[in-house]
Amino acid sequence: MSDLQSALQGARFDGYVSVFEAQPAGMIQLRADLAEDAVAHAVHRATGATIPQPLGLSTGDRGEALWMAPDELLLRVLTDAIPELLADVQDDLRDHHHLALDVSAMRTEIRVEGAAVREVLAKVTPVDMETLKPGTVRRTRLAQVAAAIWLSNDETAHVLCFRSVATYVFDVLSVSARKGGEVGAF
Amino acid sequence: MTSYRLTTPGRRIVRGRRLNFTFDGKPHEGLHGDTIASALMAGGRTLMGRSFKYHRPRGPVTAGHEEPNALVGTGTGSRFEPNQRATTTRLHEGLRATSQNRWPTLDHDIGAINSRLSRFLPAGFYYKTFTWPAAFWEKVYEPIIRRSAGLGRPPEGPDADRYEHFYAHCDLAVVGGGVAGIAAALKAAREGKRVLLLEQDTLWGGRSITDGTMMEGEAPADWTAARIAELEGMENVTLRLNLQGSGVYDHGYLTAYEWVAEDRPGADAPRHRLWRIRAGHIITATGAIERPLPFAGNDIPGVMLASAVRDYVSDYAVTPGRRVIIVTNNDDAYRTALALLDAGVTVPLVVDARHEAAGELARQVRDRGVEIATASGITAEGGKEVTGVRVVDIAGNGSGGRLVRCDAIAMSGGWSPVPHLWSHCGGKLLWDDAQGFFYPDPDRPPLGADGMGMVSAVGAAAGDLTLSRAGLRQDSKGSLTEQPTRPVWVMPEGAGPDLRAKMFLDYQNDVKVTDVQLAAREGFVSVEHAKRYTTLGMATDQGKLSNINGLAVLSAQVGNSIPQVGTTTFRPPYVPISMGSIAGAARGDIFQPLRRTPLHDWHEARGTRWEPVGHWRRPFCYPRAGEDPHAAVMREVKNARQTLGLLDASTLGKIVVKGPDAGRFLDLLYTNMMSTLKVGRCRYGLMCSENGFLMDDGVVARLTEDTFLCHTTSGGADRIHAHMEEWLQTEWWDMQVYVANITEQWAQIAVVGPNARKVLEKLGGMDLSRDALPFMAWAEGEIAGLPARVFRISFSGELSYEIAVSANHGKALWDKLLSAGEEFGVMPYGTEALHVLRAEKGFIMIGDESDGTVIPQDLGLGWAISKRKDDYIGKRAQERVHMTDPKRWKLVGLQTLDGSVLPDGAYAVAEGTNENGQRNTQGRVTSTYHSPTLGHGIAMGLVLNGPDRMGEVLDFPGTDSTVHKARICDPVFYDKEGAKQDV
Repeated sequence: MSDLQSALQGARFDGYVSVFEAQPAGMIQLRADLAEDAVAHAVHRATGATIPQPLGLSTGDRGEALWMAPDELLLRVLTDAIPELLADVQDDLRDHHHLALDVSAMRTEIRVEGAAVREVLAKVTPVDMETLKPGTVRRTRLAQVAAAIWLSNDETAHVLCFRSVATYVFDVLSVSARKGGEVGAF
Repeated sequence: MTSYRLTTPGRRIVRGRRLNFTFDGKPHEGLHGDTIASALMAGGRTLMGRSFKYHRPRGPVTAGHEEPNALVGTGTGSRFEPNQRATTTRLHEGLRATSQNRWPTLDHDIGAINSRLSRFLPAGFYYKTFTWPAAFWEKVYEPIIRRSAGLGRPPEGPDADRYEHFYAHCDLAVVGGGVAGIAAALKAAREGKRVLLLEQDTLWGGRSITDGTMMEGEAPADWTAARIAELEGMENVTLRLNLQGSGVYDHGYLTAYEWVAEDRPGADAPRHRLWRIRAGHIITATGAIERPLPFAGNDIPGVMLASAVRDYVSDYAVTPGRRVIIVTNNDDAYRTALALLDAGVTVPLVVDARHEAAGELARQVRDRGVEIATASGITAEGGKEVTGVRVVDIAGNGSGGRLVRCDAIAMSGGWSPVPHLWSHCGGKLLWDDAQGFFYPDPDRPPLGADGMGMVSAVGAAAGDLTLSRAGLRQDSKGSLTEQPTRPVWVMPEGAGPDLRAKMFLDYQNDVKVTDVQLAAREGFVSVEHAKRYTTLGMATDQGKLSNINGLAVLSAQVGNSIPQVGTTTFRPPYVPISMGSIAGAARGDIFQPLRRTPLHDWHEARGTRWEPVGHWRRPFCYPRAGEDPHAAVMREVKNARQTLGLLDASTLGKIVVKGPDAGRFLDLLYTNMMSTLKVGRCRYGLMCSENGFLMDDGVVARLTEDTFLCHTTSGGADRIHAHMEEWLQTEWWDMQVYVANITEQWAQIAVVGPNARKVLEKLGGMDLSRDALPFMAWAEGEIAGLPARVFRISFSGELSYEIAVSANHGKALWDKLLSAGEEFGVMPYGTEALHVLRAEKGFIMIGDESDGTVIPQDLGLGWAISKRKDDYIGKRAQERVHMTDPKRWKLVGLQTLDGSVLPDGAYAVAEGTNENGQRNTQGRVTSTYHSPTLGHGIAMGLVLNGPDRMGEVLDFPGTDSTVHKARICDPVFYDKEGAKQDV
């Protein structure tokens, strides 16, 4: 797989939390009427997950479904499974108005880990990081660019940004994570 | 030098910890906890700066953020910071402070001559004096004024420190950690609300600690400690010292300014942090500020607010003098007399403007043997320091009076609530005539999104100076009986012009009673006009001390009541905040987001010359060693025409449009017909705004029966995607169409030139022959083992393929193309070569040929406007009279007679002049380059009746006074029949 090149090539910064590029995941953007049974079926077949609640995230044995908008989900699965799963989703929904696309390469996931992840993110996003519950997905602003943010637990934050600004987001998070900048407000 | 450090305890200082610092280069010593002002005062120095206009010697008037006089520069080099308040800047070991506004030294200042000339420098002096000759303003007057005026000098070089922002959310933000703020926070916290309590000071409790009145039966310090401890134990409460409420904005948005590592220069920590707080409700518990008294000489170093004197004694164990006279119009100042007496300082006299001093505090002072002169005022004596006062009749003209020696004066003109944060977002004020201050009108607060008040004021900030309304003064002894204040706006009240010209209202800007009165006489009777004419309240302290006194003087002069005159506008920030804190972390590499293509690093490693395109950086050209950019561009153009060029086209917008109504939707978005496009084919299209103007262009490929891929310009992807969503969500919500912006999913590389097919065939994987993939077709397959889409489109006029692969494969494809192309002499080319190539072909460029006022019809693009469609966005607008006017300038080619390059943006002149006396024009240049292919300059332009005037020569005057002559020609300079791209 030497032909593959991620945006940050595994970059990492260790401050009072750690900031690093996560392993690339397979991602499918799905736009459809989320209330339709066929959509629930397709999502379940691809990920093993149910349709998430608004702002929610649901996990299955093959992947995760993230709520992006009232008619949009992001399915996160293994990279290698993408061609097959995408074909399955498109096949399941062939009689339903939908849009399913492989968007794996256009986004970068940056992981932030440590006890102070909430506070480090609160320096760069207007989301109420103090009360954000794990499993709630927020599409928001991170410094000057768009990003999606969720916590998988109190010490692990996932930041999803566009590939072109991955370096910017990584740098912004690294500056926020610099030692000496501890706020201690949460 | 006498020490003015007292032996009494100071609650902020640590006696054992001595700190060395310098002031104007001379060594000084202070204690841990001192401010610059308290440390200098302990050494007997009250002269700390010179005033702005007259360079009068000045010392601190306050002990807090409202300080107008004692401004110093701190630090050096890239950590130098001007205009720092010596009264709030904490000492640290090695601190370097310098005084401002003086030359050559603080003690011997030449500019002080201005003070002698003050009668020639009245309000509006600049406006009156430097009016003639007009030409002198820019070159002579302004530079001189700028050099002699101004406060501190700016720092040198880039800021050495770092800064950051912090977003916080709460149900209730309480600004001010005095007792009123603490009580309000505690009440809300006990109700379960999420509370943020912020205090600008380093300690909780506010003035109550110093002023010592019992709180609910407890000493204020004990009361405060107990309640802070309770708050600290609550999960739903955030407590923060060193955090100052700075500004209140719409929707409960509050900014606050935190001093993080201010006193640790060089520490690896942010110097300041700007908090951006979203609060459900804001309580301002910002207390009150004491007012100075306007008496002659009230700016001499050693004249201070009575409360500040009390603060210096109790906080820092420092006194401004050994014999301190109190001058007041209220009872509160007697606390200062008591504090000084308790500390062993002599108080020879209290001067009270009122006819009697019958309050409890006055009695206590009198009982300790201090003389109280009632119905009296003073004029101060002294130069660089106070030497005494003359006690005069309060109602008189100030003449005569006995001289009483002293070395400091503590003054109190009453207290004014701090209404700034209340007022920032529209909270209104009421006037309290008895106490002489404005206070928040609880019935007219700033309103939130729900129409309800979003800010409340409590305690002294609400005008409740004794906190009796807040119910906090219910101690068993009962509250002190205080005698009412007598507002005094000029002391003595009958003072003549000579004395009034020495009564300073605004210390920092040197505005005196006479200046405000002169402004009023000259017709500046509106408070906002008088402020600007006199500069009252316009200094860095924003008139915190001067506001009320200035208004009162103005209202007396114009014969209106003070509330009729009203206040000036309160604006954030409450005190000046660092520019760094506003920028936060956004500097250097992260000043602005930079969008990088998957090939960015490769370009960078080749020393590319960059061109910003939106937030993208695209290679402008790739200069080789010893090559200038122009030569590089010429080489890149020729190489693409003659053999093989590669372009990183990844920034090109890519939007997928899918659904049963996708074709119908695109027919409405584009001027031409897209629904008839066959699967596997591409079509160039134009998009216009509702007003008919050309806004974007690009190639549309039909992927499947119900799926289209729309290419947009690099800068247009986000905008066009939003445009599509807006129409789908707001107007055509019944259409079954989904759109997705997948620009960054794909790396796209244009393979251009006569050898384009050969290099791709060498990489293998797809049949790219003319028959299998004709011009304006696309196909999906593999190139060199990478899954790819290949579009046979050409923006250069050459045989050209645009290969799209996953962004993660972009670099791999690029490397393979370079290596396979070696035998053909492959070269990457940048955006400038792209521009030249397209201009040779007469292809328009959005942003060059279009500028928001151009319609497709102007550009000879009528062929791309469908006549068969009922409608498209912009169609109706293009039928309006102005759009169908035959006199609209139209696109033509332009070729100079001498082969030179026309200046970009140059206008073609016509006969005669317009009503403004300017030359009439008949066209302008929109794109202009040297064409290496043709060996001469080529240009496109919009010209009046252009297409009908082929062969005519136009004059284009340049900015260098030469006139360029160019002949109108066809805009397609190269391969008009399009044979080269269709092979």
